[in-house]
Amino acid sequence: MSEITYLEAIREGLFEEMERDKNVFCLGEDIGAYGGAFKVTEGLMAKYGEQRVIDTPISETAIIGAAAGAAHMGMRPVCEMQFIDFLSSGYSILTNYVATARYRAMLPTPMVVRGPSGGYVRGGPFHSQNPEAAFLHTPGLKIVYPATASDAKGLLKSAIRDDDCVLYFEHKYLYRRIKEEMPSGDHLTPIGKARIAREGTDVSIITYAATVWKALEAAEQVEKEDGLSVEVVDLRTLLPMDDEAIIATVKKTNRVLIVHEDTRTGGVAGEITARINESAFEWLDAPILRVTAADVPLPYSPPLEDYVLPQTSDIVVALRKLASY
Amino acid sequence: MASPKLDRGEIIARNIGVGCFTTFGGFFSGGMVAVLIAKFVGSVQGCKPVEGLPACNWWVYAGVGAVLGAVTLPILALSRLNAEIPSPAAGVIAEIIVKEGETVAVQTVVARLETEKGAALGKNDAPAASGTTSSPAGKQPEKAASTSGPQREATPVSGAARQQPPAPAIAASHTGNGNSFEDRVRTKSSPLVRKIAAEHGVNIASLQGSGVAGRVTKRDILSFIESGASTTSPIQGGRAGGHALPLPQPWPGDVVEPMSKMRALISEHMVASRQTSAHVTSFFEVDFTRVARIRAKNRAEFEAATGQKLTYMPFIIKAVTQGLQAFPIMNSSVAGTNVIYRKQMNIGIAVALDWGLIVPVIRNANDLSLSGITRALNDLAARARAKKLSPEEVQGGTFTITNPGVFGSLMGTPIINQPQVAIMGVGAIEKRTKVLPGADGEDTIAIRTCAYFSISFDHRVIDGAVADQFLAFVKKTIETFPETGF
Repeated sequence: MSEITYLEAIREGLFEEMERDKNVFCLGEDIGAYGGAFKVTEGLMAKYGEQRVIDTPISETAIIGAAAGAAHMGMRPVCEMQFIDFLSSGYSILTNYVATARYRAMLPTPMVVRGPSGGYVRGGPFHSQNPEAAFLHTPGLKIVYPATASDAKGLLKSAIRDDDCVLYFEHKYLYRRIKEEMPSGDHLTPIGKARIAREGTDVSIITYAATVWKALEAAEQVEKEDGLSVEVVDLRTLLPMDDEAIIATVKKTNRVLIVHEDTRTGGVAGEITARINESAFEWLDAPILRVTAADVPLPYSPPLEDYVLPQTSDIVVALRKLASY
Repeated sequence: MASPKLDRGEIIARNIGVGCFTTFGGFFSGGMVAVLIAKFVGSVQGCKPVEGLPACNWWVYAGVGAVLGAVTLPILALSRLNAEIPSPAAGVIAEIIVKEGETVAVQTVVARLETEKGAALGKNDAPAASGTTSSPAGKQPEKAASTSGPQREATPVSGAARQQPPAPAIAASHTGNGNSFEDRVRTKSSPLVRKIAAEHGVNIASLQGSGVAGRVTKRDILSFIESGASTTSPIQGGRAGGHALPLPQPWPGDVVEPMSKMRALISEHMVASRQTSAHVTSFFEVDFTRVARIRAKNRAEFEAATGQKLTYMPFIIKAVTQGLQAFPIMNSSVAGTNVIYRKQMNIGIAVALDWGLIVPVIRNANDLSLSGITRALNDLAARARAKKLSPEEVQGGTFTITNPGVFGSLMGTPIINQPQVAIMGVGAIEKRTKVLPGADGEDTIAIRTCAYFSISFDHRVIDGAVADQFLAFVKKTIETFPETGF
């Protein structure tokens, strides 16, 4: 089997699930005839028709609302946000309506909201966001954010089959930059399980999405230059968080660096830090450090974007600081 | 226990361990300082809290007007133990609130101290002036209130104290593993290192850290433990060298060498053990003739079958584990006023090394056969000499055997390996002439293989009769060792 990109892996997952289950359908802006802004859904309408691949008006609230209704009635909708930045336009219906539906009315809402996320692509403030932390705070939602092509496919298929609403963040920087051979058969990645992207003994990096690759680069560099053995944990799922994997790596290396591309204040790293403090304080040999984006809107300017977003060199600096503490 | 936040002018005493460590916490600035007794937390090891002792008996040693030094003048004492508690600050006792000998609950204010600083403030009668700078007067008390939080009711402050400015941030001594906050800052470690230190009985202050500004890192403490230096736990506050004898000076031609880490640790542990346990030593002579015969008979076959050398020691260990089963107090630890009876019988075997001494531990020795004990013993001894022991293999012992007899010593008075309560010494096993009853009822002189056993025990929890019964049991077990015990 040949290698396919992260983007193709998502597309393959969509095809497979639509083929497998007649209740699965897609809706979003320009996903049908145009094939989506990034061509993730290309070919989908030709194969499954307008009834199952629906071009919608430009209203995130309408897309999510329609999907929620269909999900209550037994369908399994997959919504596309043209850019995940626009998910905030659907914030109310997601948090107030969808996330509470099962609790309020015992209404299962098996739906997926997916969309291109993240920066490093000179996209500026409206096309580069990582809004996961805003939703991490809402009980009733699930959040996944794959870093590899096989997880992109496996998590999408698991998300579609999940009986609750799953926010599926896909990193546009990774779309065509990474390739992987897909595992054979009906490949599912479990929701709620982190992955050890690299084994190590001196310092742990806990991260997800595109920064997994930056972390791996940094780990390689400090291994060569400093002889440090760095473990990299790819969370894959942010909600529910894999506490077991987090605590295991803390107990193994006792030094933790959390890296994410999202801004710093109120970010996922703060939540992970708190969990480690509560459960494994006595296993820490150094303070937990964070490498994140600066607390500013993401600039268009390439040098400024590079400055604001976490880079491999930032991670290397933090690793060295942590290791020498 | 959450660390109590206090209003200015107050001091608390917390984590008063029996005979092992005393720590004061608190912060103050106003002059009058209260003394609180806090929850009893402590044990001989200084690591595990002992619950169930909610109140302590205290009295104030010094009277009103007594001048206290800055560091260690006793102002309070635990009734049974007369544990001295360092004064948190130089000053004068202004008020003693509880009556001498009175039993009070933890967290009770028992006395107030007047510090020099406070006295000076009182004279000034311009408390706000001594505050930081020009903060609005109305704002500061609010801040103080928010930092003291829910503890305010538990620790009421006098009106006079309230009017004074909030305390400068003299941090409370957050006591943990027996180190004060200041100690911990000074020793620069992490939660993990402190945890390891408590588990392995290592005094962090004695280590050289390789981290930032001399921090002791995980790697530092683990390599220290792996060096084998730490087999017992030092007693907090009972450090070697506490005596104030003048240091001997080197004479011309003398060689001065710093102690190795292992030597420094042994030094500390030996003194700490002597200071902790009430050592008593008793001696028995054990007849090994029968075991010698069994050993001679089975030796070739045993060694061919197992590939292990068969010495006397496995027989001794076997007899000791049976003795520990019969006398569980011998296999215990003292934790404050509790006795911990150990379920596991982990027998430490002192192994002499060219560079010191190490005590690898045969875990659950009571579950092992004679050949199992032999294998474990030979393996640990060989790896001890090759510096290949893992830290776990020198920890968790519940009873120790030392064998000075290999060097010809007839008997010794070994020092207990803390936190254990007994150690057995084995003297040289040699042929001696003994008077035995002969076949015709007459006394006769016979040649027997014998050794002197000594048992040093902690008289705090083991009385002489029990220790002697234990050793008599061991003696009998060895002298009647079954022919088929392999």
